[in-house]
Amino acid sequence: MTDILLFKDIDEPDLHTLPVYERRGGYHQLRAALGTPRDQLIASLKGSGLRGRGGAGFSMGMKASFLPQGTMQKYVVVNADESEPGTFKDRELMQKNPHQLIEGIVIAAYAVDATKSFIYIRGEYVHQADVLDAAIAEAYAAGHLGENVHGSGFDCSLVLHRGAGAYICGEETGLLDSLEGKRGNPRLKPPFPANQGLFQGPTLINNVETLSTIPHILELGFETYAAIGVKNSSGTKLVSVSGNVRHPGNFEIELGMKSRDIIYGLAGGPPEGREVKFWFPGGSSSPVLTPDDLDLPYDFDSLAQSGSMLGSGAIIVVDDSQSVVDVCLKLAKFYAHESCGKCTPCREGTNWTVKMLRRVQDGTATPMDLDIMASVQERIIGNCLCVLGDAMAMPVGSMIAKFRGEFEQHIETARAANEAQALSGALA
Amino acid sequence: MTIDPTDIPRYAGGSRVPGWDDAADLSKDPAGIPDPAQTPVPDDLRAEIEELMTRYPERRSAAIPALYAVQNRYGWCTPQGVEQAACVMRLTPGYLTAVATFYDMLETKPVGRNNVYVCTNISCSLCGADELLAALREELGEDPDVNLRGFECLGACDIAPMASVNGEYVGPITLDEVPELARQIRAGQEPLPAKQLRLRPSADPKVNAG
Repeated sequence: MTDILLFKDIDEPDLHTLPVYERRGGYHQLRAALGTPRDQLIASLKGSGLRGRGGAGFSMGMKASFLPQGTMQKYVVVNADESEPGTFKDRELMQKNPHQLIEGIVIAAYAVDATKSFIYIRGEYVHQADVLDAAIAEAYAAGHLGENVHGSGFDCSLVLHRGAGAYICGEETGLLDSLEGKRGNPRLKPPFPANQGLFQGPTLINNVETLSTIPHILELGFETYAAIGVKNSSGTKLVSVSGNVRHPGNFEIELGMKSRDIIYGLAGGPPEGREVKFWFPGGSSSPVLTPDDLDLPYDFDSLAQSGSMLGSGAIIVVDDSQSVVDVCLKLAKFYAHESCGKCTPCREGTNWTVKMLRRVQDGTATPMDLDIMASVQERIIGNCLCVLGDAMAMPVGSMIAKFRGEFEQHIETARAANEAQALSGALA
Repeated sequence: MTIDPTDIPRYAGGSRVPGWDDAADLSKDPAGIPDPAQTPVPDDLRAEIEELMTRYPERRSAAIPALYAVQNRYGWCTPQGVEQAACVMRLTPGYLTAVATFYDMLETKPVGRNNVYVCTNISCSLCGADELLAALREELGEDPDVNLRGFECLGACDIAPMASVNGEYVGPITLDEVPELARQIRAGQEPLPAKQLRLRPSADPKVNAG
């Protein structure tokens, strides 16, 4: 089947070890790539239409082509910080098939002529980091990494760097600062990392899933890969489905699959007797969609047209037993905690949104507060160095817009309950 | 609603803003790079941090790994340990403290040696993570050896509600398994061996079809 690439034989015992990976044809694409001219490799990546799988969905080949030519020290950085709530696809890839990732890294490093590469893995993934450490050691011993890889004259070092628990380090420039040993504050862009990234050198920074796809693109040929999926969204995508579904987990789909088939078909839909109330199509940062949108094709353009985004490919399903106010508060609290504090609109906006939502929850808000809250979201979006603030503002704004009635009703119910309690207190 | 200003709690020193009660002593100069002659560093810690620094083009990159090394040795990032790391890395203790306070997994206060993180983010809380955290707190809250905390997001929404016990992901945890899990954590045993994430097969039906 063509729509299983990244997850092919993922549960094969010991796939994470080098002998098993090589027996399945692993590292053949690396050997072939090392004999291919660099611009031809980048042209293949561009031609494949592969879009970044981390969230922004930028063309991977374009990004690689932005790195300047020349003899300066260049870097490849792998974003394995996967901290977007609802996302857990990279975890499974790294734990079960680390060599696929390493092969992709070395090919990408060769394509952009970067001799030093780093994997920034989030600190919580202890087991996955151990697996990767062992795999990197195996790859060095077998000559897939290190000096003069397979006699090509190309050197490639790879270092695994463990983070220490910060959502913001999944933002590419925050990650670079963190990798340089600083607090993970995002940087002003431009300059973009392709020109000035890690240690001020040109840096290619990509998500685990994006890099893991590269060996498959070369194996299939980029034309064949580009034919999978739909226009502007080629290839397969790992989707992580979680929340109120019967079979949560990672599924590899061909882009353009109907969202209903993912949620109901693969993940089993909401529990018995429940209906989908709303769903996040691309991690908790994406504006929510309603059951009316379930027939949307799951690809970058269709979700963007519906006012949301594909993001990291994490579908969170919320069923009709849940309160939208609780979900909204939970979400805002997370972003308020994770805001790095560098830009005022995000630092203050996330905190004030939490305070206002608390008022909504305990019944001391008025419906006018909902308008104020919506205006706060508008003032965050686009006004910060990175999109963390936007990542709170967009879903919160969409929840208020789509479920305003429920927010108002919640305020009214909680207020009435408070008054009744105060009255009974006064009478007692 | 009217607010009575006298109701608002004050911290030590009369401030209403948290954090100011343990602010830096402004009458002192900030600490410089520690003098190696006056900062004894255990040999193995020094060797570990020096090895970490060789992995990167710039030694500063080893800040997080070095703080992990300090934390593993002393249980948390103690001022003394941070000073030792700063001495080896030729940085100021203030710089490393700034880094340590940024990251959730670097502890800047004494904590229990068993880290138990319960994910309470959206997907997990939809599946009952808040109840799980409350139940675990009931069982383990008083235990000084356990560092129990809600943590967001651990990236394991497929096994919600879940917990990370010293880095080992377990889930989904039902409420009646909580006493068993608490006992295993206290005894230093493997947490719920049948429910560890590392053993879980892929959920995708096409993958295992052959």
